[in-house]
Amino acid sequence: MTRHSILRITAKFMIPYILLFALYVQFHGDFGPGGGFQAGVIFASGFILYGLIFGIENARRVLPARVTRVLLAIGVLLFGGTGVISFFFGHNFLDYSVLLKNSVSGQHLGIFLVELGVGITVSATMITIFYIFASQDK
Amino acid sequence: MALTAYAVARTRNLFAVVILSGIFSFLAAVLYVVLNAVDVAFTEAAVGAGISTLLMLATLSLTTDKERAKHQIKFIPLLIVSATGLLLIFGTLDMPFYGDPNAPTNLHVAPLYISDSMKQTGIPNIVTSVLASYRGYDTFGEVVVIFTAGIGVLALLGHGKNRTRPGKNRNVNLEG
Repeated sequence: MTRHSILRITAKFMIPYILLFALYVQFHGDFGPGGGFQAGVIFASGFILYGLIFGIENARRVLPARVTRVLLAIGVLLFGGTGVISFFFGHNFLDYSVLLKNSVSGQHLGIFLVELGVGITVSATMITIFYIFASQDK
Repeated sequence: MALTAYAVARTRNLFAVVILSGIFSFLAAVLYVVLNAVDVAFTEAAVGAGISTLLMLATLSLTTDKERAKHQIKFIPLLIVSATGLLLIFGTLDMPFYGDPNAPTNLHVAPLYISDSMKQTGIPNIVTSVLASYRGYDTFGEVVVIFTAGIGVLALLGHGKNRTRPGKNRNVNLEG
């Protein structure tokens, strides 16, 4: 897509803001609308936009498919691991109150970690699926 | 929205169908904003209009954008669909009015979440605290579903390591 200069320039302007907005949605999900799922999807669409405009090869150079596959699992493990930690303190699965001394801030930390896990898994899944679809032979 | 849905059902050119379903998703996102469900609207706009449209286009570029013509109307499926639709509409007659504070769903655990969420989690956004903490199991299940979907696509289509390396594969033209 070397000839579509309008698309390229617009995308160059848009992509940083899309990614930034995704991070905002991710980490501001406690206070405003949004959360891991939305953030992951927005991040993935920003990245996929990059892949569309500048070519899959360039996108792969930024974020190799191998990395997205690992991230795919890391997100789930982060979520599950946060849940499992509370076992060691004699509490139920996914009971975050025990993560810190203060149960409220423990909940806060737990929700933060869990949302991060959701975001990582969702964006990695979307990007992985995009890579696979885009690299199918015609 | 109804008009878009009708157009999707009638159009034969699949490229137009994909774009129309993207428009449908955007309209749905607007509807969710009107209903104050901003979270869902985010998701609908990004997944429904963005990513799924894109994946459909990628699929079209691998296959073809012409639907095989089939014009005759089949009566038994039409009958079943209409009957189900009528039954569903009949079911809504019994439902409480949208947003009714006395509706059974709003009286079960919702007041507890609204009154205790701030004290127990310190998070002002109740949607987040319900999703991540009170209903953590559900959300975990959802994440595992997404993970499984990614793994499934990988297993079905992502064969061969060399394909995923830069420079070794051809760039598919996604313009359809």
